[in-house]
Parts: sequence; structure tokens; C-alpha cells
Amino acid sequence: MSATETRTDTAALRLDDLHVAYDVRGVPRPVLRGVTFEIKPGEAYGLVGESGCGKSTTAYAAVRYLPENGHVTSGSITIAGEDMLALSSSELRDLRASRISMVYQDPGQSLNPTIKVGKQVAEAFTVLGFSADEAKVKSVEALNRVRIADADRVLDRYPYQLSGGMQQRVVIAMALACDPQLLILDEPTTGLDATVEAEVLDLVSMLRQETGAAVLLIAHNLGVVRRICDRVGVMYAGKIVEEGPASEVFDNPQHPYTVGLLRCLPRRGANKAERRLDTIPGSLPLIGTELPACVFQDRCALATDECRTNVPPATHPVEGRTVYCHHTSQVGTLVEAPLQAPIAGAGVGDVVLHLENVSKTFKQGNHEVRALVDVDLDLRAGETLGLVGESGSGKTTLAKAILGIHAADPGSVIELDGEQLAGLTTGRKADARRAIQIIFQNPDSALNRSKTVRAILERSLYKLAGIRGKDADDRMSALTEEVRLSPRHLDMRPRALSGGLKQRVAIAGAFAGGPRIVVCDEPTSALDVSVQAAILNLLGDLQRDEQASYIVISHDLGVVRYLSDRIAVLYLGRLMELGPAEVVFNGPHHPYTEALLSAVPSVDGDPPDRIRLTGELPSAIDLPTGCVFHTRCPRAIKGTCEASEPPLVEVEPGHAMRCHIPIDELRTLQHAD
Amino acid sequence: MLVFLIRRIALAIVTLLLLTIIVFALSNVLPGDVGRQILGPFAPQESVDELNKRLGTDQPLYKQYIEQMKRYAQGDLGESYKTRESVTHVIGTTFLNSAKLAFLALIFTVPLAILAGVWAALKRGSLFDRVMVTVSLAGSSLPEFVTASFLLVVFAVQLAWFPTLASTNDPSGPIDQLWRLALPVFALVIVYFGYIARMARAGVITAMEADYTRTAFMKGLPRGVVIRRHVLRNALLPTISVVATQTGYLFGGLLAVELIFNYNGLGRELVRAAVSKDLPVLSAGVLLIGVVYMIATLLGDILISILNPRVRLGDQ
Repeated sequence: MSATETRTDTAALRLDDLHVAYDVRGVPRPVLRGVTFEIKPGEAYGLVGESGCGKSTTAYAAVRYLPENGHVTSGSITIAGEDMLALSSSELRDLRASRISMVYQDPGQSLNPTIKVGKQVAEAFTVLGFSADEAKVKSVEALNRVRIADADRVLDRYPYQLSGGMQQRVVIAMALACDPQLLILDEPTTGLDATVEAEVLDLVSMLRQETGAAVLLIAHNLGVVRRICDRVGVMYAGKIVEEGPASEVFDNPQHPYTVGLLRCLPRRGANKAERRLDTIPGSLPLIGTELPACVFQDRCALATDECRTNVPPATHPVEGRTVYCHHTSQVGTLVEAPLQAPIAGAGVGDVVLHLENVSKTFKQGNHEVRALVDVDLDLRAGETLGLVGESGSGKTTLAKAILGIHAADPGSVIELDGEQLAGLTTGRKADARRAIQIIFQNPDSALNRSKTVRAILERSLYKLAGIRGKDADDRMSALTEEVRLSPRHLDMRPRALSGGLKQRVAIAGAFAGGPRIVVCDEPTSALDVSVQAAILNLLGDLQRDEQASYIVISHDLGVVRYLSDRIAVLYLGRLMELGPAEVVFNGPHHPYTEALLSAVPSVDGDPPDRIRLTGELPSAIDLPTGCVFHTRCPRAIKGTCEASEPPLVEVEPGHAMRCHIPIDELRTLQHAD
Repeated sequence: MLVFLIRRIALAIVTLLLLTIIVFALSNVLPGDVGRQILGPFAPQESVDELNKRLGTDQPLYKQYIEQMKRYAQGDLGESYKTRESVTHVIGTTFLNSAKLAFLALIFTVPLAILAGVWAALKRGSLFDRVMVTVSLAGSSLPEFVTASFLLVVFAVQLAWFPTLASTNDPSGPIDQLWRLALPVFALVIVYFGYIARMARAGVITAMEADYTRTAFMKGLPRGVVIRRHVLRNALLPTISVVATQTGYLFGGLLAVELIFNYNGLGRELVRAAVSKDLPVLSAGVLLIGVVYMIATLLGDILISILNPRVRLGDQ
């Protein structure tokens, strides 16, 4: 048998009943409780699950890069036929140099900030025994391979001088230096823009075909996993609970946890008006807790006594699928949240916020950067406006101008209930200040850690509603009930609360003074999907009860679509499209919106004809002529789009667009009905 | 790089100018006029007026300040009110003495502290690490006059291993000088070792946990190479600024040690000048310490900018 044949016979990675524990103050706390799976050569395998389920620990254990307090307590790890746990440190080094590679979240952090890119890439070759000169030539080839055209220029730069997408390509280039048999990707696109994410994912798929490397992908975003992976393993509390081909697991889940996870997601155009999102009752077990025989038993609607006492065996309800559940035959009976009648009169109140010609110019050295250009918008009472666009599109700048965190340029009109607001919060009347509130992405840093929840909310009530004492107590009980916090949470400090509870406190704070407008800036990005669903439901309920208007910013288009009544699409500070959520998402839409939607990987699978945006976001200092999007627009009309900038016109009632292409033509091009 | 340097030096000059104003203002809020201070309460008013006129201290403050700056610009630091000696001479000799002391303290402290800090970080949680952290914390929490007095009492008075006086009038060769300086230097090492070692330790720990270090390990590089090439450079950036600031600080902080060991340094001279309202000596001395501080931090910043491209090249 030749060497290459042995190689193809052996799994790229095999974990067998792997147990890992972390020592916390001398006590070992189990994190992995018997993980078993196998990745065949050339196969892409995805691990999914909520934070703390052990996905990353699995990957780091596999390459023996656990933190100092983590150790494998039992089980085995085999990579390309090598028993990883038996390797000496020099053998381990050789294996890392030549057969396995890793790419992780935040490429900016994965590259050494003080060393030029060229030197760092070359290192991956010199470690394989190439001379410095050979390594240089190889580095150029490596960058060409990840579709970086001007490799020489990139090699001569420092990491911070490259964009996030470019950095991640460099990291991938380094990872592929050794033609690895196993490539581990740990949240490789988290934190990147949707369009950049799509590019990186396409690159990974292409390179996988070219190199034949097996891939272990860890991602909390199920859409990403579906786009890349052949097979998927769903993890919960340190165990794999279900495994199978990615498309089948996502389309037809067989484990109650997988069913719950998928139903939490706002998908298939779900909107708050039609239904509440499903949630998974209870919360994730803490690290090291004693768990019943079935780890999911406590949160499972199908659980019986059997689940408490007997470890569920591997069952194979369908060929090629493995499910660890006693009741997999009954998953069909799990009840889904019912559709609800649309709420009458929602979002048709009077205009609360009126924006006209809102611009914001920043000075950067000697340049003027126009971060917002003449934005016109209306927001009605009880309505949600979703802001969509890549980073640098002006979403946050617009939100900050509305909040008065920075002043819009002179000439901008920002009216609350028909009254012009001062540019900065400090110049606004107390009433106006109270009327506009914000919910941040990270409740951790938004809450004062040294105060109890009660003290935090008392302050909000005093500052925003002007009440204290007995009145405040009454209002506090009502408020905590509204955001579903229990009274015992009031005496806790933020650090004792989970992420979801902290966000509830932040939401309660924002609603303390009965706000007219609440800006939700990535309100659920830091949360797990089951928690996200609960928060989205809460935001929906509060809006209905309080008739507050929302401005929602999120990179997760599912979230935006779920909450929004109308959508504004921004590109380089310009409003490109504005219309009802249904219309903007279903089309015909602006070519930019089309590309943006097409970039987002869907857990329901991607349409065959995806639109790929090429090129990077142009610099706001050196804007393209004509339509600012024409440099990347797949539908640009030569001679027209680079010559003049199209105005924002109402193409059909309530739907405005900034595009030279007539709506009917877009309708035909995009096969929209 | 050049732009960065010019900007940094311009900033240093502005800071020094501000310092001269502050020193000048402070030395003039002391009560009593200069002539009266020098001649004493029983001198006739005419002599006082005459002296003030000769010294220029009868002029309005802003004029005095401009005069002083004019003289400084020509390299003339004036003469001591007390001894009539040229300030350049007084400050010069004592500064050299202090520089000797500070230099000795630094060449012991910096390498030792960095080595200890790096080693402790790499052996985190070990006995060495825990002892290092505790000892250095204790050392730097004690003010230097306590440490210095303690050393003096134990090693010079009780055990008589070292001389009690650091200065001699007839220097009997460099070995003897070193011998005399051993205790004051040791007192300073104890204080400054802690800051630097703990900074180096924290920097290395952060860098060891950084993603880029993980990248380097996953490339299959040997541990030694990862530490040398990827960890140390990033880890020691904050330590460099601490060393730079500490160097400047060291000069100002020598005073207690110099007084205790009766060492003829700049610190002791400044205390004398302040007590006797010898303004020319005082302001020139404080200014000189300011200059040392500026130069030390400037050198530190230049070193950092060489190691950190982001500082050197700016955000483009």
C-alpha cells in the first residue's frame, strides 16, 4: 500500500469519547463529556451550538492548545493517523508545522502587529525548512493563491494597514502554507461585514477544492456552517447531541435541542407582527454543573424519567444521521409558537421624528469625510426603522446624530414632534433628551458594575422619569415585570446576571422614562440565539404596549427583518433605498440591497445564483464619481452610472431608491414578483 | 518618522517652557521680597532696596521672567544669591554626582527587573513568580526614605560593612566611590525594581495569551523562537515607557536618598536652595530635572516608535 493511500484511508480527525476538564481553583470542572466524531479527508465538518457548549474547547483540545488549566481526562484524539496525546513536544511542533493549521476570529489580532506581513508569512515556510529566499517566493505564491493580486505590496505592509478581509486572507494564506490535511476555522468570519464574510467563505470553499484539506468549522452562525460544511455536529453542554449532513440536519432536525435552536432564529422572513419567536426554556448549564444522564433533559419538552437516568444511546433514525435522544421519534410533536393576528394600528401613528438633509462631515487630517449625506427620513409612532449597510455606511453616524452624541452639520433638520432639536444632547431640553434612548450591543459595559440592578434602575427612573421614593418603587415593579425580570434580580449586581438578563436590565433602563424613540444598536449580537429570541420577543411586546418607535441597527438581517416595519439601506453615507421591510427584502430592490442580501449565508441554504460583490468599500475621502456604488455594482450601466449620481426617487408608493435602472427593469432582472 | 520626531520634540520644548513659567511662578509666591530674605530682618530698608535693584527683583514679575529667559537662552544661569557662585557650577557638579548615582541604579535595575519579570511571566504560578511578585510589590510600596534609612542603620551603622557617608572630599579612586555608593544605589534598586519587573511580567503574560502568539505556535515554531520573535517585542513596549518615566522620576526622587546618605547631589542642593530661597539655583535645578525627564521620555518614545510601526507610521 502506498503512502498516499494510507493517508486517504485515515480520518483527518477522529475524536473518541473525549473528556476535557478545566481546573477552577484546583477543582476539575468537566467541559467536554465524551465527544466522538470523525472528519474524513477532504470533508468539511461544522460544529454548532451556543456559547459554552464546548465547540472551541473541542478544537483546541484536538490540536493540544488548551489553556494551562485545561486537560484531557480521558478519550483519544487522532489526526491523520497520529495519536495526538502520545506526541512529544517536538513531534507536536512538526505536526503543527506540516499537517494542521488554524484560522480564528478577528484576523487583526491573529497577526503580530509589530512585524511586517511578509515576514510573518515567510515564517510559515522557513519552519518547513525552506531558505529565506525560497520562503519569499513561496509567500508571494501563497498570497496569490488566496486571490491577493498585488502580493508584493501587501507583504511589505504591517497588519493594521490592511482591511479586515485582507487580513483574514493573509491568515488563511499562512494556514495553507503547509498544505494541511486538517484546517480548523474558529469563527473565521465573525465580526466581518456580510459582503466580506461572503468573500472569505467563497475563498474557503474554493481552496478546499484546490487543496483537498479537511475542514473543521466552528461557528455560531448556522448559515455559515450550512454554506461551507458537508456534515455538522450539534453540541450541547460538552456533548454532541445530533450529527448528520448539514442540509438534512438543518432542514429536518431530529434532536429536540436542534429543533429549538433552529426555531429561535428569525428566518424565512419572520416578522414580529406575525409571530413571536420560539425560545428554549431555562438556560445553559454552567461549567462544571452536575448534569442528568441526558444533558438537555432540564430544558426539553419531551423529557421523561428515562432521560434522567439513562444516557441516550446513539440512534440512527435516518441513514447517515446520528441522534442521541430517547424520544427522537416524537420531535414532530414539539409545538411551535402560533401565528398571531397582525396587531391593528401598529406603526401608523403620527410622525415622531423628522429628518431632512441630515449630513455629517468629519475632518480627517486635511480631508473632509462626508459620513452622512443629505439623509431624509420620517419615523412614525410605534414604527420600527431598520438601518442596513456595511460598516462605514453611516448607520452608526446617523444613530449618533439622532441621539445628539455628535452634532449633525449645520443645515441638518432633526425634528422631534415637529420641534427642531439641538445638535448635541447637552443643548436639548430635558424632555427631548428623555424621549430618545439607546440600547447597546454589550450590556456588560453599558451597566455600572458596582451598582445593584435596583440602584441602576432607580437612577434611570429619577433621571428619565423624574420620580423617586414610593412612586419610583411602584414604577420599578411594573418595569421589571414588563421586561420579565424577577424581584430577586433587583438586589443582584450585573456580573451575577447572564447576558440575556443584563440586556433586560439595560432595556428596562431605556424604557424607564417612557421613551418615544429607542435606538437599538446590535441589541442581540452579543447573545446566544435562544436568548436572542427572548429579547426580540420582549422588544416586540414593549413596542406594542408602549407605542415606542425603534431604530434598529444590526448586521444580522434576520434580526432587522424580524423587528422592522421599514428599512433604510445606507451606502457611503447615502440613503440608497427606503421602503417597507417586505418590499425591500423581497424586491425588486436596489442592486446594493440585492448584493447585501445575497451575501448573507442562510441556514435554509443559498439560492444557486448568488450575487458576489467584488472590490472593497471605496474610501470616503476619495469617492467614486457618479453613483457611489457603481465601482462594485454588478448591474451598473456603462456610461450612465459613473457619469451622474441618481437622485433618491419614489419608485412606487412608499418605496424610494437611488438608482439609474428603472424599477421595472430591476423587477425583471431580479425575478421579483 | 521624521514628522513624528519633530512633533515630539516641539511638544517637549513647549512643555519645558510651561515648566519655566510654573517654576518661576511658584518661587515667587513664597512670602517676602528677595532682598529682605537675603539680608535678614534687621538690615536697613535702603540696602534691601539697593539689593533688589541690583538683582532685578524690584521689577514687575513678567519683566523678571523675560529677563531670566533671556539669560537662560544665552546659557547664563545667573549666580547663587547665597554663595555668589555661578549657578552653572553649583548645578553642574551636583548634577554630575546625581547622574552617577542614577546611572548606577538604572544599569542594575533595568536588566534585572526585565529578566525577572519575563521569567516570572513564563513560569507563571511558580514559586519564583510568587516570590518575585510579593517581594517587588513590597519593595516598591515602601518609600525610598524608609528603605534607605533601614539599609543605613543595618548595613552601615550596625554591621559597619559600608560607609555611612556617600560623599568624600578626596575621592580615592573609582572602587572606593562605588563602595560608598553601594547602599544608596541598593535603596533605589529596591524601589524601582518592582515597577519595572511587574510591568514586564504583565506585558509578557498579555502577549503570551494574544492571538498572534497562538498563530505563531500553531505554525509549529519552537517555543524559544515564538517568545523571542513574537512575544518580547510586543510585551516590552509598555515596559519601555515605564522605564523612561521612571528614569525622569528617579532624578527628582533622589533627594531623600541623597539627604540620608549625605551625598552631594542635585536633590540635596535643591532642598538647600528651597530652604534659603536661593531662587536662581532652585529654578535652574528644577528646570534641569525637567530636561532630564523630557530627554528620558523622548528616548523612550523613539525606542517605542522603532519597535511599534503603528506609532512610527501613524494611521494611514
